[in-house]
This record gives sequence, structure tokens and C-alpha cells, in this order.
Amino acid sequence: MNASAAHASNTPDGGPYQAIVIGGSSGAIDVLNVLLPRLPVGLRAAVIVVLHLPRDRRSLLVDIFRPRCALPVQEAEDQQPIQAGHLYFAPPDYHLLIDSGPRLALSVDAPLHFSRPSIDVLFESAADGYGDKLVGVLLSGANDDGAAGLAAIHAAGGYTIVQDPASASMPTMPEAALARFPRQTPGKTPSNTPGKTPAPHVLTPEAIAARFVQLHAQRLL
Amino acid sequence: MPHKTKARIADIEQRLLLDAIYHQYHYDFRAYAQASLKRRLQSALTQFSCKTLSQLQDRVLHEPAVFTGLLQYLTVQVSDMFRDPSYFLALRNEVVPILRTYPSIKVWVAGCSTGEEVYSLAILLHEEGLLDRTLIYATDINPHALRAAEQGVFDLDRVAAFTENHARAGGRSSLSDYYTARYSRVVFDKALREHMVFSDHSLATDSVFAEVHLISCRNVLIYFERDLQNRALGLFHDALVHRGFLGLGSKESLRFSAQAEHFDDFVLEDRIYRKKAGR
Repeated sequence: MNASAAHASNTPDGGPYQAIVIGGSSGAIDVLNVLLPRLPVGLRAAVIVVLHLPRDRRSLLVDIFRPRCALPVQEAEDQQPIQAGHLYFAPPDYHLLIDSGPRLALSVDAPLHFSRPSIDVLFESAADGYGDKLVGVLLSGANDDGAAGLAAIHAAGGYTIVQDPASASMPTMPEAALARFPRQTPGKTPSNTPGKTPAPHVLTPEAIAARFVQLHAQRLL
Repeated sequence: MPHKTKARIADIEQRLLLDAIYHQYHYDFRAYAQASLKRRLQSALTQFSCKTLSQLQDRVLHEPAVFTGLLQYLTVQVSDMFRDPSYFLALRNEVVPILRTYPSIKVWVAGCSTGEEVYSLAILLHEEGLLDRTLIYATDINPHALRAAEQGVFDLDRVAAFTENHARAGGRSSLSDYYTARYSRVVFDKALREHMVFSDHSLATDSVFAEVHLISCRNVLIYFERDLQNRALGLFHDALVHRGFLGLGSKESLRFSAQAEHFDDFVLEDRIYRKKAGR
């Protein structure tokens, strides 16, 4: 058994986690409005968000969330060192990746799933960089971006959360992610078979927010 | 095998492959941002039917044609003409009036890929009446991209977006004045090309080759790690004339670089900088 698996067996959910990556598209901004303002000062993890946006306009996400969040909020810059307890949004028309450091990195590689930024690009590079020290959250959206990325986070031993499709205004994205895992009941914590990472937690926006608070109280976030 | 071990091996393989490419072909990707490179290498694995980067390394070393193909994967960048129209508008309104004071003008488009930006600048300078006394150096490390850029041929289905960008960039003419459509493609006017010099040049390994008044290098530095960014910016500083201009991509900045103190912000929101007087 490797060191991380040994650690995971001490705490039911693994961790402590160094980063939370969140991806969403259509309908996700309302969910972010529930989640992000509840993130407490002193969060031990960085929070990195990709939301599909129109490519040719300045993003208003920072303007929207800065006054509502306890955490410092900014748009991701290339080569920026990632700081715990900070919240970063991907800029429109750039992919956002996690590079060694860990630092943020941008690219103008071709859109994926017609999207730049793409959730898969962030999630897969974050899974590489953070391994099992990562929480991945996939929200409402109308395409299947993020499904492969969430599976990569899961394969690396990270903690995965999918918005309950019944609570999503666009369930395609959460459903596409869940289709990659055995079927499970929303709201119920997946069974934690020893030696096997549990399937994604399927939670409503309120429950995701509560889970963040709970993990923080347990010093896992 | 535990995921962590697999991930570590993949990192080792990537470093070894980049070393092999450098030693055999003298292309230096070792100081590139590794996360983006990794994505591109992963898709190259599928293309070349290799399971691991070690297998790909074997083929790259022993089959030069595989390296040529891989170079496409690692370097080709697709941009749009007049991408970020406000950048071109700022060049037109703020930089062109100063360029106008020079009897002859030299421009360097560093990392020109397939040429979208080179043609954009040529058209802008033509509209401003400056192209006749301008020479644009367009450089890239990818010989295929350079050849494509030299042809000045683009897919017709991209032209609507180019045209809209051009108008938003303060275009004083119709973009269609500059190309002829042939089947599903457009070919840009040869007269534009008379003011362009295309050349193989690496920001990682080559040095300064000319003195220029304006350098446009957008969305190239984001593929570099910080040290290589600093090297490239050092080249730009050395290549620029007294008080010359440097334009970067909309999410690139001199702020954290070793060169920050040698440039003034000129149009900061469009990432246009001006070399400080003195050195």
C-alpha cells in the first residue's frame, strides 16, 4: 500500500486537499452563487474555477464574486503561483492548466468540446499535478466537457463531487460524468470499498456547500 | 501500479523525450510549460500509435519523419486575423502615429505560426499608409507553419470572423480588398507579401537578428516557463530601437518578469509596452 492510500484509510474522505477545481457551464453560475460565498476564510485549499463563457467578452465573474466571497478572488494569470485560500477564475478564450509549482498556466490550444476554457483541460492537468490531494466538482451544463476530467481526478485518487442532475438546470454535464461510474443514489455517500476510491458524491448545490464546510471543519480543506 | 508511480514515470519519460529531441534535432522544448506540452504529447501518442512516450522517443530518434510530424503537434498554433481587435485598434491609434515619424519601419512578429497576425499587421499598416516603408520579419520554429504563412492562404469559412474582427479593429477598408477567393479558400494579395520576410528563428536558442521598431509576440510566451519567458523578453529588449514598442497577448504581462523595469506601460489594457530610454 502506498503512503497516500495509508493516509486515506485514516480519514474516511482522504485529504487534506490542496485544491478544489470546479467546472460548469449553462446553469452553473447560480450554483457558484450558492457555493463560493460559503467558502470560509482560512480554507487550506486553493479554488480554481472554469465556467464556459462567451469568448469575445471580458469576464464579469471576478466583479460578481469578489464582493460576495470571503476568499480573495481573481482572474487566473499565466505562471502565477497558486496560493491556498485563494479563488481563481479561468479567463475567457484561454485554457487554464495546473503546471508544476504548482502554478497556473494558460494556453490557446484548440477548443475542446467547442469550449475554451475547457473543464477537461483544467481537471486533467490538476489530476496530474495534485493527484489524490484534489477535490473535483462538476456542475450543471449542456455538453459533456468535464466528464473525462472528473474520471481522471477519480483515477488519481481525488475526491469527486457531481451536482445531482435533478437539481441542475442543465443535467447533461453531470449525467455525462456519472455515466462513467456505476449507478448510485443521489445524496448517499458512496460505499468506500477498501483499496478502491469511492465513486463521485452526487449532491445538490446546498449539500456541496455544506460538504465544503464540513471538510474544512475536519481540517481536510 | 499506483497512480502516483505512473504519473512520475510519465514525467520522467517526457523529460527524456525532450532531451532526445534537443540532442538530435536541436529544438529545445525543455523550458516550455510542461502541462500544455503534456496534453499535446498525449494526443501525439494516438497519432503515432505509441503506448508510451518512451516508445515515441524511440521512433523520434530513429525516424526523422516522425519527428517532423511531432513538431506539428508541439508547435502549431491557430490564431485568427485581428484576434483581440482592441489590440489592433490600440496599435492603430496609439503606436502608428509614432511609427509614422520614422523614415523606414521594421516590425517583428515573433512566433508567427501560420501568419494570421502578419497579414493583419500588413493590412493595418497599408490602411495607415505605412506599408510601403515597412518590412515585417515573421519568425517561427516550425518550417511547415512558415511555409503556410508565406502562402497567405486561409480557409474561406474563417473569413467571416476575420472580417468582423477587422472592422472592430478600426479597419478603414474592406478585408475583401486584400484577398481573392478560390473554391473554399482565400489567397491574400502578393503585394502584402513583398513587405514580409519569413524566417526560421527560435526564441529558446537563437539570438537577435535585426533592430526593429515594433515587436508583436502574442500568446507565445504563455507556452514558456518563466526563465524562457525572460530569455525571450531579453531578446525583444535588445532587438528594439530606442523607445520601441512591444505587444503581448491579452493575458501576458511583463509584471512578474525580469524585464519589467526596462519597459514602460504604454497601453496597458492591450498589453502594449514601450522600451525605456537609456539602455
